[in-house]
Amino acid sequence: MNGWITCAGGIIWREGLRFVQQKERFFSALVRPLVWLLIFAAGLRAVMGLPINPPYETYHEYDEYIVPGLCAMIQLFNGMQSSLSMVYDRETGAMRTMLISPYPRWFLLSSKLTASVIVSVFQVYAFLLIAWFWGVEPPVWGFLTVLPALIVSGLLLGAIGLFLSSAIRQLENFAGVMNFVIFPMFFASSALFPLWRIREGSVEVWMIASANPFTHCVELIRFALYLKVNWEALGIVSACAAVFMAGAILAYNPSRGLVRRRR
Amino acid sequence: MSTPLKIKGVSHSFGQIEALSDVSLEVQAGTFTVLLGVNGAGKTTLFNLITRLFATQSGRIEIHGADLNRMPGQALGQMGVVFQSRALDASLTVARNMIYQGALQGIGRRETLARSEVLLERVGLADRMGDKAARLSGGQQRRVEIARALIHRPRLILCDEATVGLDVKSRTEIVADLHRLAAEDGLGVLWTTHLIDEVDDADPVYVLHHGKILAHGTAAEIAGGRTLSDAFLDLTGKAAA
Repeated sequence: MNGWITCAGGIIWREGLRFVQQKERFFSALVRPLVWLLIFAAGLRAVMGLPINPPYETYHEYDEYIVPGLCAMIQLFNGMQSSLSMVYDRETGAMRTMLISPYPRWFLLSSKLTASVIVSVFQVYAFLLIAWFWGVEPPVWGFLTVLPALIVSGLLLGAIGLFLSSAIRQLENFAGVMNFVIFPMFFASSALFPLWRIREGSVEVWMIASANPFTHCVELIRFALYLKVNWEALGIVSACAAVFMAGAILAYNPSRGLVRRRR
Repeated sequence: MSTPLKIKGVSHSFGQIEALSDVSLEVQAGTFTVLLGVNGAGKTTLFNLITRLFATQSGRIEIHGADLNRMPGQALGQMGVVFQSRALDASLTVARNMIYQGALQGIGRRETLARSEVLLERVGLADRMGDKAARLSGGQQRRVEIARALIHRPRLILCDEATVGLDVKSRTEIVADLHRLAAEDGLGVLWTTHLIDEVDDADPVYVLHHGKILAHGTAAEIAGGRTLSDAFLDLTGKAAA
């Protein structure tokens, strides 16, 4: 059992080192949501009226509304960053070093996913701290209750990244991930606007946003940050995480997945 | 004592293209066994099958008696691998690369560092533990990779064209290092290459061409009084014809 813990610890440690060494990655992970919060939200604050809807119990400003979506955005980008680093590792050969470990693939990939979640949670807390000083002040206990939600949503978004990494052939294809995965997932969700408001604008977009797993990540985080549980979102996010993780494990199986196809 | 590597009747296809056809070979303990073939002969495909990066379609691969398909963990745990492309993390120090490799094998940090000192001493790089891998020359990186592949004390070491892109001096030193490891530690070494000058007369050699083993024996036996280069060209020329 010790060997398993050592192996998982080693993978998490390496991802942590990689994150610490790539300082620009940390800053860009912070700057991106801060631009949305400090500029975009400031612009919309005056024009966006938000009625009191769960989990909010009092009137809230747009800044407050947008923060959970930006937390999920950090995790989305982090998941895709992990995907990118998997593709990079595959191109440089480092991936093979991991895959020939005597431990099973599902375990190695799960460890990689765990590392990705830890890194993303750290980034989210750094962002929440800055948002606090900007005046977005959820309940103090919300910083604790949001942790399980961040772990579950981090698992889903990281699993999507892992799954995508099995399909991306080259680093150059990553631009496609930005255009076809990150942007649609983020914009067609409840991250920036409530679902009811999206429905007022377009029923079709509302249907897409309602089916978008990222919407449920956002709502899971939003409710948890305000000391509530959104059971529907929790169920959907957990189920989607399991499906994408299973897909990633299948894709990295030597008899089925990408490794077999590559000569 | 069981044979470090035993391959029996392995075939592998990519769609309609047959990359390997009924390949059988053995690597005995204490030998530096060479898999010799031109580019595209199927060496890397076979290497990927042995390391389970590809699943075996037919035939059987055993590492120290452990069937690779049925007991992958046990089989993989007994082999060390040096890939054709360099796989050190250039941004990490040599010590950290070793720690990571140790962890992947389930070995704790302290034990890994103790073993690393001994292994790096053997490849002449004990004083470079604190240096980033990026600061090492190509040959030095290769030697670190060899030390890294030995961190879990495997009984078999696989090297896939491990000297590609290196100067003659580095190549000679690395081949000598591995001969020494085979002789002194009783390791089985499988060395895939297309460079005939890396083969010693006494080395067991398998000639692989178009996915088939054309000949095997010691280099001297295959040469049969000629140079190995002439014998190899003769064999592969006949196969092409």
